[in-house]
Amino acid sequence: MKSKKQASKKTQNAEADKRPLLFGLGFGIVFGFLLHKGGATKYDIIVAQLLLTDFTVLKIMLSAIVTGMIGVYFMKSMGWIELSLKSGSVGKNVIGALIFGAGFAILGYCPGTIAGAIGNGYLDAIVGGLAGIILGTWIFAVMYPKLKDGILKKGDFGDISIPGLLKVNDWAVVVPASVGIVLVLFWFEKAGF
Amino acid sequence: METLVSVLTDTFWSPYAAGIGIGILSWLSFSISGKPIATSTTFARAGGMIENLITGKAEQRPYYKKIKLNIEWQWMLVVGVVLGSFLSAILSGDFQVGVWVPSLWASAFGDSAALRVFVALAGGIILGFGARFGDGCTSGHGISGTLQLAVSSWISVVFFFIGGVITAHIIYFLIA
Repeated sequence: MKSKKQASKKTQNAEADKRPLLFGLGFGIVFGFLLHKGGATKYDIIVAQLLLTDFTVLKIMLSAIVTGMIGVYFMKSMGWIELSLKSGSVGKNVIGALIFGAGFAILGYCPGTIAGAIGNGYLDAIVGGLAGIILGTWIFAVMYPKLKDGILKKGDFGDISIPGLLKVNDWAVVVPASVGIVLVLFWFEKAGF
Repeated sequence: METLVSVLTDTFWSPYAAGIGIGILSWLSFSISGKPIATSTTFARAGGMIENLITGKAEQRPYYKKIKLNIEWQWMLVVGVVLGSFLSAILSGDFQVGVWVPSLWASAFGDSAALRVFVALAGGIILGFGARFGDGCTSGHGISGTLQLAVSSWISVVFFFIGGVITAHIIYFLIA
């Protein structure tokens, strides 16, 4: 009896553990669908953004940020969720980000959009880009012991948010940031970007 | 006339519709899974899993101990992105068959598949290295981190674009 109970508990746990995976898969399907519909699974549209001739990518990102920000801060203020802020440093968020940006322009896809480009059928993404990204992360993993206490810690400032940094109420940043982003988007449309 | 079906079969939506959709998706991801949408750690996990298959020793690397080499939520999210994009592309008749060279690339560098794949591989290596160096990518920092108003993510996204804009101009105006 006891072993049967344990076994059923075990399968229950295994089933419970699979639910996050299914939600991850479902969110990914919607994310990929939206990235393709927005045009962000295409090299031509991503690189045209970096050449400043087409602003589709920034329009998607900024409208996602403003929508997401208002909802996420609302849910935070209701106590429904907790934020998940990444800890930062000058080494990571300036030097690392510049390296990322260079790779972004050379490849013409980023980690999320390359998954979308693969689904869209682009062979340069499947054969060249995917292998490159995996190899690049592996090189980082090999070098990590040498980097972690050096450059990655340089100028460390921890996991702070802008309202935390300014020591103000969340909405004192969310509201002006939302208005500012919407104004930038109106300006994009008015300027014909 | 726009119907529900024609909306699904349209190749492109307004970027604002796609962006607002992604924003709403972030609400669900936070409230249901308690996690922000992000993708790049999955590529690092995949690299560690491949090394594990070959040598069986990847798990000893401190970085793989930190990120843990298992198929978890974000791994499935990345698989979902491939499927979701495939679904949208098939529904709208936009699935690309046999396309090795994007047209913008071809207009500057010709239609050699080998050249484009070589450059994509090199770009991918730099991108993958930079994504882990910077602890996030255009999803994790660029959308999920910025919408939480994380200082690290706003600095990152500014430098993603500074690096990207400068490099793209070098490629298309100095090299081409």
